[in-house]
Amino acid sequence: MSTVVLLIVTGLGLGALYFLIASGLSLIFGLMDVLNFAHGAFLAIGAYGTWWAAENLPGAGPAGVGFLLAMVFGVAAGTLAAVLVELCVIRPLYGRHREQILATVGLSLAVPALIQAIWGADPHTFPKPELVSGTLPLLGVNVPKDRYLLILAAIVVFVALWLFNSRTRYGLIVRAGVQDRAMVTALGIDVRKSFTLVFAIGGAAAALAGSLGGLYFGVVTPTQGMSLLIFAFIVVVIGGTTSLTGCAIASVTVGLIQQFANYYTVAGLGDIAVVAVLAAVLLTRQGGLTGKKSAERVA
Amino acid sequence: MSAPVPLLEADDLHVWIEGSHILQGVSFAVPDHGVTSVLGRNGVGKTTTVKALLGLVPRTGRVVFDGDDITERPTHAIVTKGIGYVPEERGIFAALTVAENLRLAERRPGEPRYGLVHDLFPELSKRANQPAGTLSGGQQQMLAIGRALLNDNRLLIVDEPTKGLAPRIVREVADAVATAAESVPVLLVEQNLSLVRRVADQAVVIDAGHVIHTGSASELLDDADRVRSLLGVARTATDEPTESRVDTT
Repeated sequence: MSTVVLLIVTGLGLGALYFLIASGLSLIFGLMDVLNFAHGAFLAIGAYGTWWAAENLPGAGPAGVGFLLAMVFGVAAGTLAAVLVELCVIRPLYGRHREQILATVGLSLAVPALIQAIWGADPHTFPKPELVSGTLPLLGVNVPKDRYLLILAAIVVFVALWLFNSRTRYGLIVRAGVQDRAMVTALGIDVRKSFTLVFAIGGAAAALAGSLGGLYFGVVTPTQGMSLLIFAFIVVVIGGTTSLTGCAIASVTVGLIQQFANYYTVAGLGDIAVVAVLAAVLLTRQGGLTGKKSAERVA
Repeated sequence: MSAPVPLLEADDLHVWIEGSHILQGVSFAVPDHGVTSVLGRNGVGKTTTVKALLGLVPRTGRVVFDGDDITERPTHAIVTKGIGYVPEERGIFAALTVAENLRLAERRPGEPRYGLVHDLFPELSKRANQPAGTLSGGQQQMLAIGRALLNDNRLLIVDEPTKGLAPRIVREVADAVATAAESVPVLLVEQNLSLVRRVADQAVVIDAGHVIHTGSASELLDDADRVRSLLGVARTATDEPTESRVDTT
């Protein structure tokens, strides 16, 4: 029983990490038709930004409020990178999907290479504040505290995105733009501003995933973003490319399958099991679990 | 005495789509009052002309609106100069509610004219919280027109508002277009000649990507031979708004 509880919570923690990455990815794809392979780079920038700030930024540190400040720095760096990518790389290539893919793939390779050139290829130990160190019992099982933090962060981001989509004018524009971008423009709305905003939100969520992923894995590596991005893409396809709820369900599903398959079969089989689920969804429900190809994004 | 300055001028518009030369030098003017109707058989470039005016398709040529050259402006900047647009496919956001569809169309500065829209289409206020995708075709058309009327525009561009609608709804939509035309100039793409006869002052006939006739709408529609040769219909329009559509074969 204790093993099952631990696997569930760890699976949920991993799913939370996937959700943070995939929610931005699906938001960007849904509105802009951009398959953003550079999304993992935002995660890496967030992770390295937090790690660097914890050691070097005045006022920041590896514990307490200092670590919170380091996280804010990491998320801000990831968000800034996302905005710059949208303005300088994606915007000049609107409607040119092949070139966009090439450009974002190029960035996804260039950013880890740049990080590697500056800080080396070896993993760096990520700071772990006392508040999230150790375990907290749940149903008699000692569960690492960072799992709770990941799950909490994903819930907060889910609610924030839901509120953004359903309660704000920009959310309304995004939901409409997912369905018919040209018509949004024909109503007199500069949809490009929404593109930048969506990239900023996606970049912030990915950078947050980078920071929290550092806590989860205990280290940061230049290629961490790339390996997590593969599963985030799987989540987006399984969840449906335009549904936030579908994205959340798929994230949890993928995280749990990985944990259980890896534990009860052979380590590494979890990844294969996830790919099998992806194939099953593609064969049976092409619109993803939510079954919507271009319908409402929120809930 | 100088000639009146048109509200909108299209000059030598060319559009290529996937290698096809759809518009081949379309030029015409829309006066600052009344209804100007764009007529022509299916596939001659009427909708493409409207999209070219709004910058929704890549084009060459020149478009002047209200004295400003808007050729190089993006669509949203053209529309915010005071154009309301009702596209052929209605452009309703199916997953948004009726109220959200209207809210999305609100432009600032200026007060959205919900009173006018709900007076014209009371159904829209009754169904405010209903997803627009669950509305009937006629109700969706009302929403599309209502959305265009929400702002105090200088010009309405309405593309085939009666297409595919039931006769009773056609009358209601025709009434709405006529009411709108009392306060704002309208560029109306329409194949329902009865509606054109009822509301249009000027007619622009397009064929194979060229403007082949401009002039008074009533004079054109009264000339059966000309209607037959320009539009391919066997008879002129009657007063019954559900009859006489331009030949679509």
